Amino acid sequence: MSTETFYEVMRRQGISRRSFLKFCSLTAASLGLAPTMAPQIAEAMENKPRTPVIWLHGLECTCCSESFIRSAHPLAKDVVLSMLSLDYDDTLMAAAGHQAEAIIDQIRKKYKGNFILAVEGNPPLNEDGMFCIHGGRPFIEVLKETAADAKAIISWGSCASWGCVQAAKPNPTRATPVHKVIFDKPIIKVPGCPPIAEVMTAVITYMLTFDRIPELDRQGRPKMFYGQRIHDKCYRRPHFDAGQFVENWDDEAARKGYCLYKMGCKGPTTYNACSTVRWNGGVSFPIQSGHGCIGCSEDGFWDKGGFYDRVTDIKQFGVESNADKIGATVAGVAGAAVAAHAAVSALSKARSGESDQSKGGK
Amino acid sequence: MSAYETQGFKLDNSGKRVVVDPVCRIEGHMRVEVNLDSNNVIRNAVSTGTMWRGLEVILKGRDPRDAWAFTERICGVCTGTHALTSVRAVEDALNIQIPENANSIRNIMQLTLQVHDHLVHFYHLHALDWVDVVSALKADPKKTSALAQSISDWPLSSPGYFRDVQNRLKKFVESGQLGPFSNGYWGSPAYKLPPEANLMAVTHYLEALDFQKDIVKIHTIFGGKNPHPNWLVGGVPCAININDVGAVGAINMERLNQVSQIIDRCIEFTEKVYLPDLTAIASFYKSWNYGGGLSSKNVMSYGDIPDHANDYSTSNLLLPRGAIINGDLKHVHEIDLRNPDEIQEFVTHSWYKYPDESKGLHPWDGVTEPNYHPEGPNFKGTRTKIESLDESAKYSWIKSPRWKGHAMEVGPLARYVIGYAKGNPEFKEPVDKLLKDLGGLPLTTIFSTLGRTAARGLECQWAAHKMRYFFDKMMANLKAGDSATANVEKWEPSTWPKDAKGVGFTEAPRGALGHWIRIKDTKIDNYQCVVPTTWNGSPRDPKGQIGAFEASLMNTPVAKADEPLEILRTLHSFDPCLACSTHVMSPDGQEMSNVTVR
Repeated sequence: MSTETFYEVMRRQGISRRSFLKFCSLTAASLGLAPTMAPQIAEAMENKPRTPVIWLHGLECTCCSESFIRSAHPLAKDVVLSMLSLDYDDTLMAAAGHQAEAIIDQIRKKYKGNFILAVEGNPPLNEDGMFCIHGGRPFIEVLKETAADAKAIISWGSCASWGCVQAAKPNPTRATPVHKVIFDKPIIKVPGCPPIAEVMTAVITYMLTFDRIPELDRQGRPKMFYGQRIHDKCYRRPHFDAGQFVENWDDEAARKGYCLYKMGCKGPTTYNACSTVRWNGGVSFPIQSGHGCIGCSEDGFWDKGGFYDRVTDIKQFGVESNADKIGATVAGVAGAAVAAHAAVSALSKARSGESDQSKGGK
Repeated sequence: MSAYETQGFKLDNSGKRVVVDPVCRIEGHMRVEVNLDSNNVIRNAVSTGTMWRGLEVILKGRDPRDAWAFTERICGVCTGTHALTSVRAVEDALNIQIPENANSIRNIMQLTLQVHDHLVHFYHLHALDWVDVVSALKADPKKTSALAQSISDWPLSSPGYFRDVQNRLKKFVESGQLGPFSNGYWGSPAYKLPPEANLMAVTHYLEALDFQKDIVKIHTIFGGKNPHPNWLVGGVPCAININDVGAVGAINMERLNQVSQIIDRCIEFTEKVYLPDLTAIASFYKSWNYGGGLSSKNVMSYGDIPDHANDYSTSNLLLPRGAIINGDLKHVHEIDLRNPDEIQEFVTHSWYKYPDESKGLHPWDGVTEPNYHPEGPNFKGTRTKIESLDESAKYSWIKSPRWKGHAMEVGPLARYVIGYAKGNPEFKEPVDKLLKDLGGLPLTTIFSTLGRTAARGLECQWAAHKMRYFFDKMMANLKAGDSATANVEKWEPSTWPKDAKGVGFTEAPRGALGHWIRIKDTKIDNYQCVVPTTWNGSPRDPKGQIGAFEASLMNTPVAKADEPLEILRTLHSFDPCLACSTHVMSPDGQEMSNVTVR
C-alpha cells in the first residue's frame, strides 16, 4: 500500500503501535463512543487517505501563508507532504488557470462534504464582488460554492476572522469576514495578523489527531490558544504590577525591559498566545522586542484608537476575566458555538474520504 | 483594435486568445490573456490586476506614526518593506533624524527580507517553472549525488540522502494525492533538466523550506515577530543593553549572537545551495532566451540601503539609484521622486476615473476613484463573469505609472543593469563571472526571463554579505559606546508643523517602492503608494505603451497552447505581488453597488 496514512506518519514520528492503539481508545472515549469502537478508529487511521484541503485567498496580504510555512513543529513540509493533502492553494500550487480551477471541481465532487476549506483573506461585497476577481468571477461566488461542499472551514488570520486592514474604517470595498457570508458550516477562527505559525499547524494537527475541531470560545476561536490575554502571561507583567513603566522609546526603562503599558501596549485587551508560544519557534514576541502589542488578533483592532494610545478600559484588567466573558457581550456570535458543537464528529467523516467509516471493522 | 507597434514590439491581437486566471504561485490575484499566432508564438499580451483593497483611503485621518502598521499589511510576502518605506516618508515629512544603530538594524531587517524573499521565490514560487517534480522520480540518486558534489561542497549530498528524499517523494506521488503538485505541467517538452538535476532541485526545495523559517528570526529578534515585525518612527522599537541590569529585557549579547549566526547561515546557504542550483539550472536553459521585455530598454531603481543614517543621496545608497532609457547603458539618469513631472500615474486603461484621463498625476496629487467597467468592442462576458478582456478599454485594477512618460521595469534585474552600467564592481563582477561560468555568454543574455531570475540570486548573495557588513558596523558602534536606537525629539505630535509632506522610498525585493504622504493638523491628509508591481504589471497608457509584464511575454513561443508553462515562467521571474500593486484609494462616501448577503 503506497499511501502514507495517518498511522504511518505517527509511526515515522516515533509513536509506538501500543501508544497509537491507546490513542485510539482515548479518541473513542472523547467522542463518546464505546471502547469497542477503538479498533475501528485504529483501522480507519491506518488506512484512510490524507484529508484534502482547499486553501482559498480573498482580499489579503498572504501573511497567513507566509506564517504557515514558518512552522517549526511540525515542519511545514511534513504537514504538506504527510499530514494533509493541500490540493489547492494558489500561492504554492504548480498549476494555474484552467488546470488550477479543475482541481477545485475535482475535490468538491470526489470529497463532497469531506474536505476542509481554509480561507485566507475575505470577500469584498461592493462593486458586485469584483474588487476580488477569481477566474473572471467574484471571489465571493467561488467561496460560497466551495464552502457548500466543505465539511468545515478554517478562517485563517484576522482578514477571514474579522475583516482586518481592508475592513478598517471606512472599509471602501466592504470587505466581509467569512462567518458573515457563510452560515451553515462550522467555522474555526484563527485570528492574528498573521496567526502564530505553530498555532496554525497546532490547530490543523489537533483536528487531524483528535478527529474533532478544537473547543471554541463564543467568538469561534480555539480556547487553548485564545483563552487568555497576552497580559495574563506576559513576562513583563511583574513590572506592570510594580508600577515600572517605559516612559519613552529607548529610555532607561526600555533598556531594562519594563512594562510597555504606557507606550500603548494592547496586551491587556488581546487574546492570543504570543506571550507563551511566542514567535518563529519561540524566539521572541513583540513585547520582548520592545514594541507594545498592537492587538492584531482582536476584532476591529485597526479602529480602537492609535497604537500608541494607552489602554484605558480598566474593566478588562481582572485576571479572572476570560475570553468568553468578553465574547459574550459581542452580538451575533451565539450561533458559532452551536455550529462548532455539531461539527465535533464531522472531521472523522472528513478524513475517511468517501468510504463509510463503520465498514471494514475486523 | 488593429495591430500596432510600440516600444519596439509589434502587437497583434488577431490570433487565438488564451486566458490564464488565476495566475498562481504569486502574491495576490492576477489574470493574463495572450494572443498566439499560428505557430503558437505570443503576439499580444494583456496583464490584469484582479484585486483592490483601498488601503490609502483607510489611512486618511489617522496618526502618521501608525501608518507603518497599515502599509505593512499591504503585503505579507515582502513584509516590512512597506513599513520601512512608511516610517521613512513620515521622517522625511517631519525632518526626524534616526540614530546610526537604528539605520544598521533597519538595513539588516531589509536585507533579511531580500535574502528570505529571493530564496523563497526561487525555490517555492519559481522553481516549478523549470523543474519537473515527476521526472525526479526517475533519477539515479548516485548520479544526483555526483552532480551535487561537482557543483558545491554543501554536506547534504550523499546518494543515501537523495535516495531518502526520492523515496518520500515516490510515496507521495504514488498515493495519488499530489497536493500542491496536482495538475502540474509534468512531462512538458518545455522542461529541460535531466532527472538527476530535477531530484537535486526538488531536494533543495524541501531544504529551503526548512531553512527559510530560520532566516526571519532576525526580524523576530529586532521586530518581535515575522511576518509583520514592528517598526517605529524615529528609529527602531528594540532598545539595546549590552552591559547593565535588565539586559535580558533588551537586545543583548545573546540576541546579537543569534543574529550573527543566522547571517553566517544565510551566506552559506546562498553560496552553497542557491547559486550552484541557479547556475546548474541556467546551464540547461541558456538557449531559452525569451522574456527580456523592457529590461534591455527602460529600467529604474530608486536605490536603497543607506550606508550612513539619514542620508538618502545617490552616493550614500549601496543599492544603485537611477534610470536607463532606450537601452542606453552609457547614461544613467538621476531621478527625483518630488518632481511633479517625473513619476506620474495614468488610468486610461485602469478601472478608475480621472477628471482628465489624458494626463498623469504625481502621487502627492494622486486621485483615485474606482470605476469598474469591463467594456470595449472585444470584451466578452458579463460584469461578473469575465471571459475575455479588451485591452483597448479599461482592463485592470492596476494604474499605469510612468517615469517621464516611459514605462519602466523595476526589480533585481533593473538594479543589476543600473549597477553594471555605473561600473560598480559589486554588481558588475558577479554578472561577468556568471556569464563566464555559463560558457562565455554575451552581456545581452541577461535581458531575459533567466537574467531576471539570475539577478535575484546574485542579489541574494550580495544582501547576505551586506547583512554581515551592517552587523559589524553596529558592533563597532556599540563598542564605541553608542547604543541609541530611537530619537524621540519629535515623537509628540505637538512638535510637528501644521502642514508637512514627505516621501519615503526603498528597493523592495520586487523593485522600486515609494510612499508619498501629506500631513495636516497632525493627521494623514493624503497617502499614496507606487509599488514595484504597479510599475511591472501596469496596463497600457494613453500612448498605448505596454507595461513590463506585457512586454516580457511578447514573441515567446509556447510549447502547448493549453499549458501556460512559458507564460508562468516569465511572469514569475518578476516575482509579482498583486496585493501591493492594487492598494489604491477611493474617495470617502463613494456610492458603490453591492452584492446581496444572503
